[in-house]
Amino acid sequence: MIQFELNGEAVATESPEDTPLLWIIRDELKLKGTKFGCGIAMCGACTIHVDGTPTRSCVTPVSAVAGLSVTTIEGLDSAAGQALQAAWVSEQVPQCGYCQSGQIMTAAGLLADNPNPGDDDINSAMNGNLCRCMAYTRIRKAIKSAANGGGA
Amino acid sequence: MKQSNQTLTMNRRTFLAGTAGTTLVMGLGTVLPGCSSEDAAIDMAAAGASKLFSPAVWFEINGSGAVLINIAKAEMGQHVGTALARIVADELGADWSKVSIKHVDTDPKWGYMVTGGSWSVVTSFAMLSQAGAAGRTILVEAGARLLGVETSECSAENGSVVCGNRKISFAEIVSKGDVSRTITDEELAAMPIKSAADRRLIGKASAALDIPEKTMGTAIYGLDTELPGMVYAHPMIPPTRYGSEIRSVDDGAARDIPGYLQTLQLHDPSEILQGWALVIADDFPAAMKAAAAVKIDWAPGPTAGVSEAQILAEGQKLAEDASSGALVVNDGDVAAAREAAAGTLAATYRTSSVLHFTLEPQNALVEYVDGVFHIHSGNQWQSLILPYLATALGVEESNIVIHQYYLGGGFGRRLFGDQMIPAALAARELGRPVKLIFQRAQDSRFDCARSPSVAKFDASFDAEGSLTGIEHAAVAGWPTLAMAPGFLGDGIDGSGKYDPFASNGADHWYTLANHRVRAINNDLAQRTFLPGWLRAVGPGWIGWGVESFMDEVAAKTGEDPVAFRLARLDAAGKNAGVAPNSVGGAARLANVLRDVAARSGWGKDLPAGEGMGVALSFGQERANPTWTACVAHVAVDAGTKAVTVKKIWQSIDCGTVVHPDGAMAQAEGATLWGVSLALHEGTEIENGQVKDQNLDTYTPLRMTDVPELDIHFIESSEFPMGLGEPPLIAVPPAIGNAIFAASGIRARDLPIRL
Repeated sequence: MIQFELNGEAVATESPEDTPLLWIIRDELKLKGTKFGCGIAMCGACTIHVDGTPTRSCVTPVSAVAGLSVTTIEGLDSAAGQALQAAWVSEQVPQCGYCQSGQIMTAAGLLADNPNPGDDDINSAMNGNLCRCMAYTRIRKAIKSAANGGGA
Repeated sequence: MKQSNQTLTMNRRTFLAGTAGTTLVMGLGTVLPGCSSEDAAIDMAAAGASKLFSPAVWFEINGSGAVLINIAKAEMGQHVGTALARIVADELGADWSKVSIKHVDTDPKWGYMVTGGSWSVVTSFAMLSQAGAAGRTILVEAGARLLGVETSECSAENGSVVCGNRKISFAEIVSKGDVSRTITDEELAAMPIKSAADRRLIGKASAALDIPEKTMGTAIYGLDTELPGMVYAHPMIPPTRYGSEIRSVDDGAARDIPGYLQTLQLHDPSEILQGWALVIADDFPAAMKAAAAVKIDWAPGPTAGVSEAQILAEGQKLAEDASSGALVVNDGDVAAAREAAAGTLAATYRTSSVLHFTLEPQNALVEYVDGVFHIHSGNQWQSLILPYLATALGVEESNIVIHQYYLGGGFGRRLFGDQMIPAALAARELGRPVKLIFQRAQDSRFDCARSPSVAKFDASFDAEGSLTGIEHAAVAGWPTLAMAPGFLGDGIDGSGKYDPFASNGADHWYTLANHRVRAINNDLAQRTFLPGWLRAVGPGWIGWGVESFMDEVAAKTGEDPVAFRLARLDAAGKNAGVAPNSVGGAARLANVLRDVAARSGWGKDLPAGEGMGVALSFGQERANPTWTACVAHVAVDAGTKAVTVKKIWQSIDCGTVVHPDGAMAQAEGATLWGVSLALHEGTEIENGQVKDQNLDTYTPLRMTDVPELDIHFIESSEFPMGLGEPPLIAVPPAIGNAIFAASGIRARDLPIRL
């Protein structure tokens, strides 16, 4: 049995150690906000935080988070996270919306490290997150807005 | 595959309003003798509508004034529900804060269900405006009666009926008033629609209704659905789209995988699936592991060796064969112009295979219960897949219900719900709900890719060097031939059927004395894979050739590309336009061109290695034109030939803009799709299948490569046109033309590789 913390609560799974964390979160623990996109860590739709660090859950075996703290979009309650979500609405970022949980989780990681990122910082942090609708200009704008305390 | 011959027909029925409990229900239906509109409303509100009476409930208002508007269009990022709801709510005089929407499941009462072609607003606007106006009329009449005043003194505003200094809320009217009413087809058509100046919601700033839940992670997509007792299915895709057969299945290595249940071979009477199997497991990780372990020996179909190069070579051969194809345009006498020509210019433009790559992979959850297949899956064209499903399953369409969810990207991929078939076949066979999920590689291999295309242009010039005629041969695999042949068009003078959606854009708005277009099907493409409708469809590849070649012709005649185009946008003859949709015709295209030229500083001096290019588009089809003009500013590195797009300007005239921020979002996204198709993404057919199947080698645009965008909508109160696709079309040729201006290199293949 593998135990870890999910959005502040203790959880456990009997699944094999090599099971991708994504499917444990989605199908065993029933949090559907984290998405399956490419399965090879290159689209970012499955991004969650492991002890605060943005991580691709589709290629992370569940054994790798034993004893650690996992946060998903449903549990994103940091000040930066909330500012980002408010900015996402005020800038009307999502189109189809499928990538946006991952975009927001990656952006929250960026703001935790760098509360005032410039364009290049944002580009390099976010480049691994594909938005197939290509709402990129609004994603960048919303991150800046959240960093500047706006978005509410 | 077994083909369906449906065509698009629209029927109008009677508009009904009535109360059921304390809810005012408004919709379309047929009132039977002896059935009052109040009975009709009760029937409308009842869960189990009778077979004789099954009206489409467009919207309802409950006793607390909440307005629920049913949306029969798919939500895939275009915020279509918000746009359609605002059309109804504006005419109704509703309080927008009390409006909510519901995306409905398939039922014949909704009429023809399709979300594509950038049609949603165009085709719904008049009907929804009239429905809203009918609701307003009924509420005003009932409100006036309750207040004891004349109807003529009253209006509906912000959720209330206002009569001088008195007012009564919709909630109170619905709770207390008599609102039962039948409105005939003629009355509905004659409903007074607000003038543009009186609109309170259309064209005004608003937030999209679907955005909050897409931000919180609570929006439900098809992939997120579950049912008790379901098993998971993983597709085993055969080596060719058509004609593969399974010789043997060896699942010995999978049997030790905990959760693996079986490998199920499928027989599909619709012939959409040929040589298919599903790996079934208790959970999806087990299904993925087992799918990697199961060995299937296929006898591949006849196209197992086909390559992109062969398909393009076939396209070239067909383009050069003057007897091939259907005539789509035949103005003047191209042959005579050519015979009299003092000079000629020929060029061939090509595009390579492109994937839809919806970020939500294809999936379907199907439960077969009490003789009915319940299919849970996001879909754009329910009315297309239902007959195929009926054939595959050997049941009537009435035994199939498709439940709608948010689409994690559509882009035309979800116009064809072929992924529902394997899940439905398995659900019946296994007697349990089946959740089928494609991994990315399988999703790409089962994609209906945008066909490789070849477009050959031949221009003739007189002794003064002026353009006298253009012949255009457009060759590609045809999606409509494969999936919806009932929608094929008839070529001029009995020259045969053709795919209008794959040929639109060739029938452009430039006035040319001699102009001939042949639309030609690439039969090798057609046999090898399923050609798909990809965002912007035909104009997406036709426009690349048309607008690049216009530039080549202008360069040959020594004319400025903007002036050259303006000279041919005279709005004369067939290019004058027809009210309401294309009113103004080519004059509106000239207008957006002048606007973008002025805003971009067209003609200004640029540093060496930089250039600007221009291109135009009229959207998806002549009958529903969205007028766009695009200027791209690029830099081309003299050494590496690397292309950097520095800025893109777009001027767009789509008539009335219903939801301005949603319109801008569509224009931004479609513009960047244009950049991505021009420079970043594309694949090839290799051994009968697409070569690039995941993001390690298939490389759509990322944030780092996003250029500066400057997009302007022309202020207009003309009839509203679509926006999901049109702003994409002119971007690749504008970039290609800018590359020529910057470097002298003429790009003729998409994606552009210098």
